[in-house]
Amino acid sequence: MTRLTDALNRAARRTPVWAVYLLLALTIPWFFYQGLTGGLGRDPVKGLEHLYGLWALRLLIAGLAISPLRRVFGVNLLRFRRAIGVMTFVYALAHLAVWALLDVQGLSRIWADILKRPYITIGMAGFLCLVPLAATSNNWSLRKLGARWRKLHRLTYVAALLAALHFLWLAKGFQLEPLVYAGLVAGLLIYRLPLSGLWQKGPRGWATRKGQQRS
Amino acid sequence: MANRWINRLTDRDVTDEAQYLNRRQIMGGAMAGLGLAGLGQGAAAQEGLTPNDYEDITQYNNYYEFGTGKDDPAKYAGGLTTAPWTVTIAGMVDKPGDYAFEDIMKAMTIEERIYRLRCVEAWSMVVPWNGFELADLLNMAGVQSGAKYVAFETAYRPEEMPGLRFPVLDWPYVEGLRLDEAMHPLTIMATGIYGKDIPNQNGAPLRLVVPWKYGYKSIKSVVRITLTDTQPPTSWNKAAPREYGFYSNVNPKVSHPRWSQADERLIGGGLFARRQPTLMFNGYEEEVASLYEGMDLTANF
Repeated sequence: MTRLTDALNRAARRTPVWAVYLLLALTIPWFFYQGLTGGLGRDPVKGLEHLYGLWALRLLIAGLAISPLRRVFGVNLLRFRRAIGVMTFVYALAHLAVWALLDVQGLSRIWADILKRPYITIGMAGFLCLVPLAATSNNWSLRKLGARWRKLHRLTYVAALLAALHFLWLAKGFQLEPLVYAGLVAGLLIYRLPLSGLWQKGPRGWATRKGQQRS
Repeated sequence: MANRWINRLTDRDVTDEAQYLNRRQIMGGAMAGLGLAGLGQGAAAQEGLTPNDYEDITQYNNYYEFGTGKDDPAKYAGGLTTAPWTVTIAGMVDKPGDYAFEDIMKAMTIEERIYRLRCVEAWSMVVPWNGFELADLLNMAGVQSGAKYVAFETAYRPEEMPGLRFPVLDWPYVEGLRLDEAMHPLTIMATGIYGKDIPNQNGAPLRLVVPWKYGYKSIKSVVRITLTDTQPPTSWNKAAPREYGFYSNVNPKVSHPRWSQADERLIGGGLFARRQPTLMFNGYEEEVASLYEGMDLTANF
């Protein structure tokens, strides 16, 4: 455990943040190219829509996992959190764009879907939560907003909850995959609940002081 | 009773895949040159029903017994044993019993039917089925006068169907038709696609095809057919009665809670295919509208 943690931390220190941005950013046109050239199955529109959405949710979960990873396992990936957060927004935007432009096609249909179909309403609300988060993911906003920045960024929890619900709800029948993601989100949100010191004893004593703000 | 319906929308003489593909490629090429590949296909489907290619039809399936991904059936259905195969015909028939698939095939007249397939998820395909009229099979068993409905059941084989491990639906999959729908000339049991034996992922060795209803009514790999006088339960209706009715006729005017049914995306058009309007009864209004005369199709969705 210790050796693994150390190795992970060393690797994380050696990885420049821009590399994370670059990798995640390049994957977006790569998926699109796959869709164009038949790599995403017989219905590339749905394939691409699903892939962007799925990665937005995965990144959202990754962003939420950073804090518990550090506190519970001592793996420090904090320096990548902004990159992950910003790219969550970009993937959600790509997901929304494919849905609106290639799938639904047309403003009136887009509106009708947002208003009439609860899973789309929820997805849209989740996306709107990400907008102010992306807009304030910079040092200037961090300084400017001070303590309010932390508060604002708790919107991540709402976004994650809505994204998980969106995925659960759009699945036909009782399906495993969305349940797994919903479970992960639920776990990461429960971790944030102010339960009396339940999580505070990590294997390497990454204890938090009582009453310390969780992020 | 066979040959009660002839494709009026397409070339009657086209039988093999090479010819279909050939024609499709010529069209696709010409349209692509104009940057209109997607549009061209939609228009072609309206006037001359160009079937989807074999790969579209056999690699993009909903067959949840093999997984919920569209490519899961193609990946995992290979393990389904389709020979020997027996269809049990039971209930209100003169000759109930187990009918071997080969014996059914010997007695039936196989025809080609090129039908639109409209999924409730608002995508569609055009499939060149081979099969026989369900009416012929039911007449073989002798439908008794009191029968009003036909119930169908898909094979339940946990050791061969990995999707059954998870309760996506209440297995086995069941479906049902009113007797007049079942006896309609458009209603067939398909046993082939493009002149080949129907692949497992498409419902081998025989599956129902009711082209004016959403795809999930067309139950796959049928092992049991029961004639009854009461409306049989149907799988999706049991799972979500608010969303899926017994009739499930394709109807652009009756919206589904998840999808507008006003239009559809034809599979095979690539990333930039335009949506096309969904037709009443999936384009078979002339043939089937009379079955529902006087019925409120919004209430009986």
